[in-house]
Amino acid sequence: MELHSLLFLAFAAVALIAAVLVLLSRNPVHSVLFMLLTFVNVAAMFVLLQAEFIAVIQILVYSGAILVLFLFVVMLLAGGERPLPVLNQPLQARAAVIVGLVLVSELALVVLTSTVGGGRRGPDSPERIAAVGGNIEALGRQLYTTWLLPFEIASVLLLVAAVGAIYLAKEDL
Amino acid sequence: MTPPLEWYLIFSAALFTIGLVGVLVRRHVLVIFMSVELMLNACNVALVAFGRHLDTLTGQNFVVFVVTVAAAEAAVGLGIILALARHKDTVDVGEMDILKQ
Repeated sequence: MELHSLLFLAFAAVALIAAVLVLLSRNPVHSVLFMLLTFVNVAAMFVLLQAEFIAVIQILVYSGAILVLFLFVVMLLAGGERPLPVLNQPLQARAAVIVGLVLVSELALVVLTSTVGGGRRGPDSPERIAAVGGNIEALGRQLYTTWLLPFEIASVLLLVAAVGAIYLAKEDL
Repeated sequence: MTPPLEWYLIFSAALFTIGLVGVLVRRHVLVIFMSVELMLNACNVALVAFGRHLDTLTGQNFVVFVVTVAAAEAAVGLGIILALARHKDTVDVGEMDILKQ
């Protein structure tokens, strides 16, 4: 087995184990830190997929911004006096695990039995991307031409979210 | 040679399912919110893997927008969680029932 596949398996294993530990840890701070591990491993997977810019924003935005926000909120919340049970009511927890197993086996069955990704090839082959100057150049070119309007709408969305978050976090809501 | 597309899709499905189970299993409102972020991230893996496989950057463009929406959602959602926790003094979703009455 070649290096790429071995690296993929290592990253996938660590990411999935850390994701399970997010659910199982009693302390929310530990959950956030395991989530950080998951996100860093997914970023490494993006590098394997030759999506360098996505890997960088995964580290910067997810691990850098969103998880720090989570940590702040974990520390702001007192957590209540009584320790919270980790799991929901036993019936619902058991049903959820069964639903999860059914869902993942269904998805795996669909992926393995159908011819996924057999569609028409797009124009952005690795050679073309290298000719433009790399992943970031090619992505930026598309983002500011084809996807310009969604890009502007996303910026407005971020502005609205920032104003809304400030309003929601005020003391006297 | 890179690992086949199916491996990435199965990884993505597994990560998504872990997030889903997390939403259903946990009671802590912050951990439920983290599980939602996990599900969004699983979708990103599938988008980038398909884009790489089909030689198109559209998947990566989508991921940029998904990350933007996730950041906005995290900011507003954590604001709501803070306001709720201040109002009810609990982080248990089972006790957040003020719309029930």
